[in-house]
Amino acid sequence: MSRFPLPRLALRSVLNRRATALLTALTVAISVTLFLGVEKVRHGARASFENTISGTDLIVGARSSPINLLLYSIFHIGDPTNAISWQSYEAVSGAPSVAWTVPISLGDSHRGFRVVGTDNRFFEHYKYANRRDLEFENGGPLEDTFSAVIGARVADELGYEVGGELIVAHGGGEFSFVQHDQNPFTLTGILAPTGTPVDRSVFVRLDGLDAIHDGAGPGEDHAGDAHTEDDHAHAEPDQITAFLVGLDHPAAALRLQRQVNTYPDEALQAIIPGMALVQLWSVIGAAETTLTLIAAFVVLTGLVSILTAILTSLNERRREMAILRALGARPHHIFALLVSEAALLALAGAVLGTALTYGLLAVLAPVLEARYAILIAQLWPGLYDLAIVAAVTGAAALLGAFPAWRAYRNSLADGMTIRV
Amino acid sequence: MTQSATPAVLIEDLRFAYARKSPPVLDIAQFRVDPGERVFLRGASGSGKSTLLGVIAGILDVSHGRIEALGTDMAHADAATRDQTRAERLGVIFQMFNLLPYLPVGENVMLPCRFSAGRARATKVNGGPAADARRLLSRLELDPAEYWNAASRSLSVGQQQRVAAARALIGQPSLILADEPTSALDTDRRDRFIALLLEECASSGAALLFVSHDGGLAPHFDRALDLSEINRAGTGETA
Ligand SMILES: Nc1ncnc2c1ncn2[C@@H]1O[C@H](COP(=O)(O)OP(=O)(O)OP(=O)(O)O)[C@@H](O)[C@H]1O
Ligand SMILES: [Mg+2]
Repeated sequence: MSRFPLPRLALRSVLNRRATALLTALTVAISVTLFLGVEKVRHGARASFENTISGTDLIVGARSSPINLLLYSIFHIGDPTNAISWQSYEAVSGAPSVAWTVPISLGDSHRGFRVVGTDNRFFEHYKYANRRDLEFENGGPLEDTFSAVIGARVADELGYEVGGELIVAHGGGEFSFVQHDQNPFTLTGILAPTGTPVDRSVFVRLDGLDAIHDGAGPGEDHAGDAHTEDDHAHAEPDQITAFLVGLDHPAAALRLQRQVNTYPDEALQAIIPGMALVQLWSVIGAAETTLTLIAAFVVLTGLVSILTAILTSLNERRREMAILRALGARPHHIFALLVSEAALLALAGAVLGTALTYGLLAVLAPVLEARYAILIAQLWPGLYDLAIVAAVTGAAALLGAFPAWRAYRNSLADGMTIRV
Repeated sequence: MTQSATPAVLIEDLRFAYARKSPPVLDIAQFRVDPGERVFLRGASGSGKSTLLGVIAGILDVSHGRIEALGTDMAHADAATRDQTRAERLGVIFQMFNLLPYLPVGENVMLPCRFSAGRARATKVNGGPAADARRLLSRLELDPAEYWNAASRSLSVGQQQRVAAARALIGQPSLILADEPTSALDTDRRDRFIALLLEECASSGAALLFVSHDGGLAPHFDRALDLSEINRAGTGETA
């Protein structure tokens, strides 16, 4: 019976050409790292994105496009096109089946972080990820007119602590023209990290915002006036930017949405967050697909480098093949030898690449989360990575068939005469 | 020599060409090597010596004539049978670079036992493949204690040829094909190598077909002949 010690020969042969093998495997490893890294970040970004808001049935704002409303009200990207009147807000709030509403007023900033005018219902009703509640890391909700609550990121970057003071400027940019120096807000609470834009927000009361726009501040006409602050709190603003709506039954969302969209007194628009998120993601998705495609091509480049390495070695290995043939190797053994060498290199590269990916992720995950709010869910290789390793190995074996076929043909034609 | 036993090599009316349209390299009416016989075949460069060995070993496909190696029909048997016969019962030594560069000496010698269960089994009488490989290496004057784990490339050409001889001989093959294994050796080492090879073939009872362009080797063998005597297609330059 004729046997062929394939694994042994393939392994020894690859190890014999260590330097080339290492470089080739490294090329594959780097390409796999890039691919897996892109995939990981992509999934993380998508998950973080989809986790931004949960448990809110409708978002209502001035009429523009659904994506626009979602972007400025939730993601704090871009500026609101128009405000909506308090009357409209109250009208919708009073509609049957509405369980709760949370008003939001945007347009101010604090040292580059968006200021959100709202009230304590925000901390009660705003949910993210899988209906997770906002939690206070330190302190508690808003108290008087000039109190503020900040997200985890704001606290981190600016080093604020509960009890400290901050100053709100009008306008959304990092550098605003109008500084309301006279209006220090007192920090009553710091929220726990969420991986959402909440982390980068400063929350104040609606009347607090009004007060600074009126040029009023606690150091001036409100000084020593603590008891009247409650009255001010109930003084309602004329306008807000948008509001979140929770319903008794989610099924009522579509009907209410239609009613809001056709509200006769003002051009309102209601969006269902989930649907708007999907719509927005489909815009981002194109870029995402491109990125994956590029990464896949890089992997292909890595695989082609295996092909190159094996093809180049083929001529100098003709004698080796003749020796194997003389020892009784069948032509298909020669074929299998080269295919498994290609597969072996790819396997080594892919495994190395996976290790590299997770090694890097372990280091970079905190940075990704902190700086880009991208939460990498899984920090250990899983089935998906296994599938990628298998696919890369399989593809290499497939590509390896090309040099293997040439070696197979050579081994048939060379016979015992090798002219090298 | 028992004439009645299956001949080690039997060729009748053989014709071989590398391509259908090219002129034949081999055209041999009759050629025979008896079991255990040690034959020297001289031939000029390009006369078809290596081709003949390739045909006998069943590596090259023959379309015309009869060729048997150790009773296996190398002209008509399917490729699998031919490859198997080669793995089980043939030993081959090339002119140079016989060893797989990525295996150490010991592994190279034991290789035929990995290809063939029969060869591995045949080493049992000597204590298994490793023991037999060591025995053959020391018979061929290579101290296994020193060379077993040596990288094949680190050996001199003469040493490599002796390792190749040990590999060809392991597991008691019935026929050794040697393709100018001494052409890279100086005269002293050449004679010593041939003496050792012949001795080992004699002790294991293997037949030996030794081809070379160097007629000076002829006296060592049971029988010597010139390829041009049997090959009607011979066109090689005269050496
Ligand atoms: N693989 C091959 N394909 C085509 N022609 C070949 C091949 N191998 C050998 N030949 C031709 O067959 C003839 C015999 O070659 P072969 O190698 O058998 O000669 P040789 O007697 O072994 O020569 P040398 O002493 O130089 O080794 C030569 O004319 C050679 O060109
Ligand atoms: Mg030759």
